[in-house]
Amino acid sequence: MNILSLFVLVPVLMLLAFIPCRNIKQVRTVGVIGAVIELAMAVVLLFMFFAAREADPISEMLFVYDAVWFESMNIHYSIGVDGISVLMILLTAVIIVTGTFASWNIDPLPRDFFMWLTLLSVGVYGFFISVDMFTMFFFYEIALIPMYLLIGLWGTGKKEYSAMKLTLMLMGGSAFLFVGILGIYYYSGLNSFNMLEVAANGAIPIEMQRWIFPLTFLGFGVLGALFPFHTWSPDGHASAPTAVSMLHAGVLMKLGGYGCFRIAMRLMPEAADELGWIFLILTGISVVYGAFGAIAQTDLKYINAYSSVSHCGLVLFAILMWNQTAMTGAVMQMLSHGLMTALFFALIGMIYGRTHTRDIRELGGLMKIMPFLAVCYVLAGLASLGLPGLSGFVAEMTIFVGSFEHTDMFHRVFTIIACSSIVITAVYILKVVGKILYGPVVNDHHLELTDAVWYERVATVGLILCVAGMGMFPGWISSLISSSIHF
Amino acid sequence: MSYTLLIIALPALMFLILGLLGNKMKPVVAGVLGTLSLAVITVVAYITGYEYFFGGVGKAGGEAFQSIIPLNFEWLRFTEHLHIDLGIMLDPISVLMLVVITTVSLMVHIYSLGYMKGEKGFQRYYAFLSLFSFSMLGLVVATNIFQMYIFWELVGVSSYSLISFYYTKPSAVAASKKAFIVTRFADLFFLIGILIVSFYSETFDFATLTNPDAPFVGTALGASFMGISALSWALMFIFIGGAGKSAMMPFHIWLPDAMEGPTPASALIHAATMVVAGVFLVARLFPIYFFGTPEVLTIIGYIGAITAAYAAMVACAQTDIKRVLAFSTISQIAYMITAMGVSGYGGHDGLGYMASLFHLFTHAFFKALLFLGAGAIIHAVHSNEMKDMGGLKKYMPIARWTFLIACLAIAGIFPFSGFFSKDEIMVAAFHHDKVIFTILYIVAGLTAFYMFRLYYRIFHYENDKHYHHAPHDAGATMSIPLIILAIFSIFSGFVPFSELITADRLPFEAHIDIPIASASIAVALVGIGIATVMYRKKTNMADKFIAMFPWLYKGAANRFYFDEMWLFVTRKIIFNCISRPIAWFDRHIVDAFMDSLAHVTNAASDKIKGLQSGHIQQYALVYLVGALLFVAAFALCVVCFICK
Repeated sequence: MNILSLFVLVPVLMLLAFIPCRNIKQVRTVGVIGAVIELAMAVVLLFMFFAAREADPISEMLFVYDAVWFESMNIHYSIGVDGISVLMILLTAVIIVTGTFASWNIDPLPRDFFMWLTLLSVGVYGFFISVDMFTMFFFYEIALIPMYLLIGLWGTGKKEYSAMKLTLMLMGGSAFLFVGILGIYYYSGLNSFNMLEVAANGAIPIEMQRWIFPLTFLGFGVLGALFPFHTWSPDGHASAPTAVSMLHAGVLMKLGGYGCFRIAMRLMPEAADELGWIFLILTGISVVYGAFGAIAQTDLKYINAYSSVSHCGLVLFAILMWNQTAMTGAVMQMLSHGLMTALFFALIGMIYGRTHTRDIRELGGLMKIMPFLAVCYVLAGLASLGLPGLSGFVAEMTIFVGSFEHTDMFHRVFTIIACSSIVITAVYILKVVGKILYGPVVNDHHLELTDAVWYERVATVGLILCVAGMGMFPGWISSLISSSIHF
Repeated sequence: MSYTLLIIALPALMFLILGLLGNKMKPVVAGVLGTLSLAVITVVAYITGYEYFFGGVGKAGGEAFQSIIPLNFEWLRFTEHLHIDLGIMLDPISVLMLVVITTVSLMVHIYSLGYMKGEKGFQRYYAFLSLFSFSMLGLVVATNIFQMYIFWELVGVSSYSLISFYYTKPSAVAASKKAFIVTRFADLFFLIGILIVSFYSETFDFATLTNPDAPFVGTALGASFMGISALSWALMFIFIGGAGKSAMMPFHIWLPDAMEGPTPASALIHAATMVVAGVFLVARLFPIYFFGTPEVLTIIGYIGAITAAYAAMVACAQTDIKRVLAFSTISQIAYMITAMGVSGYGGHDGLGYMASLFHLFTHAFFKALLFLGAGAIIHAVHSNEMKDMGGLKKYMPIARWTFLIACLAIAGIFPFSGFFSKDEIMVAAFHHDKVIFTILYIVAGLTAFYMFRLYYRIFHYENDKHYHHAPHDAGATMSIPLIILAIFSIFSGFVPFSELITADRLPFEAHIDIPIASASIAVALVGIGIATVMYRKKTNMADKFIAMFPWLYKGAANRFYFDEMWLFVTRKIIFNCISRPIAWFDRHIVDAFMDSLAHVTNAASDKIKGLQSGHIQQYALVYLVGALLFVAAFALCVVCFICK
């Protein structure tokens, strides 16, 4: 059996294993074992990929498998991975493991929570291994639906509203997307959903590209928090339970960038060249606007959500630059943002679980009370503001250098505008760190709070190791990505 | 020379050990471990310096000093040409910096064993000192400009961590934030400068970037943006990065506040080493500045001169002794920057370059000494304010004499070290630009005045001042560094700098210009004289003097309102006029639009839901009306058709 299919199969088996679970201990056991198996498989896949790449340096996708799924529409269960998808799978696996630890004491209905979470992971893994656009879309929808219930049932605050908003906006995006995919299917002249085939042999006429490209880019862009379709993100992330925020900001938002690259840009480069500037302006706005928006927020999760708008805007921004370096940077930024935002949400969840507030005005002096969590928060913040040695720096620098290589002056000027986000990011990160971690203790009841317990430490330390590892040894990741990008 | 790797690796390792396991060890163990590792690398740095300058390693290729790269590996590849390497480059200025940084850092490490004793977070303090030493050393040995930028950011964060060391104190937190954000803002320009330069040069390597004959210089000078050549933009932007770290106007506002950190850390970071990074940066890229964009160099010279004058004026009116020293640091670094701006290239023309680095070298010792001395005083009287001091000469003889030596050095009195370096700067300025020379000359007098004002206010002034606990000299760990640094402050001026560190790396003959030297000693003596008259004993002369120029004093005491201007821009304009409206716009316009889509859909479906009421009569009515409408429309069509 193809190793890639296992990534979908294992969560499905986990779903079955959850059914007989009677208490939270059994649920945790199944959850942890399943997630760790996935992580181990992702690591094995990475090494297998290196070996297979050595043996076969030519084919774009490796470990391919193809089975006809729905003959009359020529839909295949067609899978395969290149360096980018391998890294994305690894990211997903890391975040699911840490997310499992972060939702150790989920209440109520732990079994149902984990089942929906696992179903969500089926969708995400399936999305990243798909080569067939219809199958990809199918998994994409699988990933979206559980989100509604996860936020609506286990969330906090105005959770019903947020869940509805998030789902509807993303569904709206996927409606655009579906029309776009059908357009590609019919106008490429191949009647095929296989994106490799379309990329190689398809010839979508430019008149058609002009409307298919915006549809697909917008469709995925909504998930990638493209201005002005980002407003689901602050509400959605703020209401979602910890693990869902982690998974959503860490992985699901990456589906947007990944899809924009694989489908919108890759299959319709001419239209991208022609219309890219519109989206470049929108993403440029996202980057700066998100960062400025974050400064004025007072809720920790809102700050992080706006920061995600800014960082994910940078992903789409780099994709639109459409050169090898910027694209490499975009994928690195996806990884980096995925890891550090998951870390942020995990930490915010832990702080909220203790203090029952996320309002920065009601927090202060946590460094003294919970030094472990506070130091982790500082590290996450430093990663976010792009400190060398942590993941944010290498990703952002690759993007900036790559974007500035663009021969067009307009693109270079926009790169400089996007660069300014590194200062604004520093402002809101340090503002939060200074307010909630340093300074005097605001609320005396907080003095009785305890520091992180072991499962929380597993989650945070795991993520920090990934963030630092990527920041210190970026060479192999960068070369793995750039060798997967062909122009 | 590959043993130089140790200089970088050991502090990094020590940071990890102290950072991760620090709270498991006794404070003393952590302190001694950090100090020992620094002692080792100091020895290695001295060996390196000796081998390079005098052991024939540096001059292996002929008369001029060579750049030696004992280690370089690729860290991250961007494009075919552009890649970040990490490595070690030894050339005259980096070896000089190695010696300076390790010496001062070692003194600070030893001193802190006493100064920080009993502080909570002692291990953390040493971990950050190691992190700082690592980053600063990595910065100076960088083989390429991106490596420099990486370590540039790392020194920034170590500085941030040390300023916010007393993190429960709101003023320390605010100061650390300010320092980081202001320097980050300047670093943004540094980054843009790097992007522009590398766009044309297709390399980050200093080997190419400092070669004025490289082909990219021509293309970058040819390309223009808004009427100014790309190279000028780039080098100006890179200098802004340096100006941020070196606290040149208008980025100087963070440095005085940075004094919230522990005093020994201020001595190391905010006096001797990190703040001269801007000077180092200009020195590193000097050939390209000089041959490519001399107009930028002129701007640099003027920025330096203005900053020097500004900081010296403000220093005269400060009452917190660390702030006096902070402004004096700004002023002295401005001397170095100015010297770069008035320098030529090659032979005696390159005097400014040599003088700048010479001053960097001597200043590091006497300014570290001043700060450590101030630390000893603060330790003894538990206050930073001048009004809580006075008459300390009888209580603290070691602090007093070492402080006096440093004051004489900074005032430029022969034969203390500051005299030699400052004299060379004066000569270079005199031959290059009379305006700058005049400013620097007046500032030299002001420097002598405010330093002796400080000295007298601490050690004389109220000679019979009563203290609750009689202050006394600190223990050996704090006094020995003071004495060692005092020795350096006296003798470091005798180093034959013009034979070691020059712009074109060839030795030249420098001599003391007697007329200028005597003139600058004269102005320094005038400054000291005025300070003696006004502050040696408690008199009301100073108050009378202030009453003569109240606006000037008020302006200087309030730092000419630069902080307020910055606050106005950041708080009022950026926060209230950009950030808040954006947050509002996002919630009330963008998001409200999305919500309204939902509301419209909702309302529309609410309106038409009556059609599905389940009342047969209603259905029949609708059916009938619809059918009639169809018939009418059909009839209309038929009529039209017939008429046509």
